[in-house]
Amino acid sequence: MSMTLGRRKGRPARPRTGNRARSKENRAAGLFLLPAFVGFAVFYLYPTGRGIWISLTDWNLLSDPKYVGADNYVEVAEDPLFWNALKVTAYFVFITLGVQVGVALLLAAIMVRLTGSVVVRALLLVPWLVPNVTIGLIWLWMLDANLGFVNHLMGKTGSDTHGFFASPDEALLSVSAVNIWAGTGYVALLLYAGMLQIPGELYESASLDGAGEIRMFFTITLPLLRPILALVMVVSVIGSFQIFDTIAVTTKGGPVDATRVAYYYIYQEAFTHFRMGYAAAMALCLVVVLGGLTYLQMRLLRASTSDLA
Amino acid sequence: MSRPVIRRSLRSPAVRMSAVVAGVVLVAAGCGSGGSSGGGGGGSVKLKYSLWDDNQLPQYKKCAEAFHAKNPKITVEVTQTAWAQYWQNLTTQVVSGTAPDVFTNSVLYFPQFQKNNQILDLTSYIRRDAVDLQQYQANLADVWTRDGKRYGLPKDWGTMGVAYNKEMAQRARLTPQALDAWNWNPVDGGDFGRAVAAMTVDENGRTGLEPGFDKNKVKTYGLAIAYEGGAVGQDSWGPFAVSNGFQYVDRNPFGTKYNYTDPRLTQTLDWFAGLIRKGYMPAYDKQSTVGADGLLQSGKAAMTIAGSWMAKTYTADGKVAFAGMPTGPTGRKTPINGLSDAVYANGRHKEEAWQWVKFLASTECQDIVAGEAVVFPAITTSSARAEAAQQAAGRDMRIFTQPVATPGETFVLPVTDQGDRILDIVQSAVDRVWLGQTDAKSALGQANSDVNALLKK
Repeated sequence: MSMTLGRRKGRPARPRTGNRARSKENRAAGLFLLPAFVGFAVFYLYPTGRGIWISLTDWNLLSDPKYVGADNYVEVAEDPLFWNALKVTAYFVFITLGVQVGVALLLAAIMVRLTGSVVVRALLLVPWLVPNVTIGLIWLWMLDANLGFVNHLMGKTGSDTHGFFASPDEALLSVSAVNIWAGTGYVALLLYAGMLQIPGELYESASLDGAGEIRMFFTITLPLLRPILALVMVVSVIGSFQIFDTIAVTTKGGPVDATRVAYYYIYQEAFTHFRMGYAAAMALCLVVVLGGLTYLQMRLLRASTSDLA
Repeated sequence: MSRPVIRRSLRSPAVRMSAVVAGVVLVAAGCGSGGSSGGGGGGSVKLKYSLWDDNQLPQYKKCAEAFHAKNPKITVEVTQTAWAQYWQNLTTQVVSGTAPDVFTNSVLYFPQFQKNNQILDLTSYIRRDAVDLQQYQANLADVWTRDGKRYGLPKDWGTMGVAYNKEMAQRARLTPQALDAWNWNPVDGGDFGRAVAAMTVDENGRTGLEPGFDKNKVKTYGLAIAYEGGAVGQDSWGPFAVSNGFQYVDRNPFGTKYNYTDPRLTQTLDWFAGLIRKGYMPAYDKQSTVGADGLLQSGKAAMTIAGSWMAKTYTADGKVAFAGMPTGPTGRKTPINGLSDAVYANGRHKEEAWQWVKFLASTECQDIVAGEAVVFPAITTSSARAEAAQQAAGRDMRIFTQPVATPGETFVLPVTDQGDRILDIVQSAVDRVWLGQTDAKSALGQANSDVNALLKK
């Protein structure tokens, strides 16, 4: 689904055919699209509509929903915890994305230019293949303040021990680090695939002209990678915004709201406090925020055009 | 992922790993099961019963068998879901029409389910079958009433005490008699405060009472408490604040105003925060995921506050003993907290469900529960059996039962609407005190107005 994002306009125009053939084609296309559309309608369209309705009600699951108009949205706007959640989430996305894309670019460049080893590529993906809950549990133990392996090592080398997930200053960074560890391999692979599309002659002629690896990376690889990079950014921003599982396993939004990200807050309101209407209103606000962000990114990165054409 | 962590009564639903894993598995398993209480052929009825404490699953399964033997037409299927997922599970089951016919109820969620008409008013059944409410431990039955209607029969109770490492107490020259007679006040901590300091030992072997004690290199903390005490601090600040004269709400159950700005509470919290500052308690931001019980059992802490239902777990290896709560400025106080069984209001077999609840709250079942010696059953005669069973197993439970026998030494935890949201608000405020970000008075001021604004809604 996401792979089509960057390509739509760049594709060569389709050869013109007669009207009849066209309508036949349309029918076939419709037939092929039908299963996807049914899925879309059942799993996206209907829940979205219902979500909008729920967001206009006061519903605790146990009694019937009561229509309250825009009350929930007014409360969202005035809720310091919601704004805090957005702030925490933005901070998380910024750090995670920055480090992840940076490291992934480096890894991808190394894979393309230095080694083609399938083993290396496969190894990079391993953390991404582990379920997030498992990753959360592993790191929760490794980073435990009193019994964790990491603190054990730090204590042995004479440095001060850390609270990691238990400390308000370190918790979000720790969660972010865990997610970077888990996700970078995947992003690197996407970028690697993008780099493979860059014609090799460009590098050949550049090196004939005397450009070094670093120069080539910045003048050839990076600019030509832009559509893929845009795709990766959009997908990763949305993905990081949806951070939930690691937090649910490790910090549960604490300590003192330090890691209460938007999705976790929504979840808490919905399934701990059973305030479905309010949670739905927050979720829809987040949809608007994410939609705006995605639009902005696509525009800024001119994601749908490629410099290769 | 060591031994199962007991989540019971009012402790906040902070999830330990085992709970997460167990919960995920159980939720997944729950999804596969069909509709509730499908009545079998020939007039036989299958009831679904839910509880959260894995330590109590065996005895309730035994009760279910005994019940089935008496009522061959009714079969009870007992399912256990970890506390962390219990209420989510139950609520979604209500929505999807698969709720259990009978479920274990907690004071934290009782108001919510009552208010939304999800639990059955048992008043007429109780009257019809002449259930003797006097057979239960005082204070326990009336928690489950609202506006003159009764929504459950009490099944068990627990009180709090101080669990301590025997060897460490001995090293600090504290005899069990001295520990039992100790006092506490929020100014200098009294005997209890001195005991905490005396049992704290740094890496050079100096105790918290000695000059030159290094608070940055503590080997054993004198005290570790559950920092996630929620809105009541059942196993941390709660009993101390109440022994200092603090009262949570204007009336109980169903009070309308919380008193979180009471100086008798804020003093107490500040005293505990002082222990952290002095290095006698682990720093909040370096606490372990294993919690206070884990610290005590690994020897990283010398004392903690624990409930009677934990006695079996704590004393298993013989290193830990219990002392009564210290006597505060207004006396010795411990919360007494119990559970009840509720009948789902929209179930298909209400009469059978009532029969099961009645059986659960009868001597027959409670004697079975008593035999396992985990909790004290609500019926006083069964409770005495439980104490005897504990005694037989080498556990002296007097420090838990004595406050119950002494007037004025127990108090009932607050029951109000919005319990789950109040828990979050107060927890956040108290966390800031533990972290030393602010003193208790300023942290709780905002929390108290937020809480009381919620209650007015």
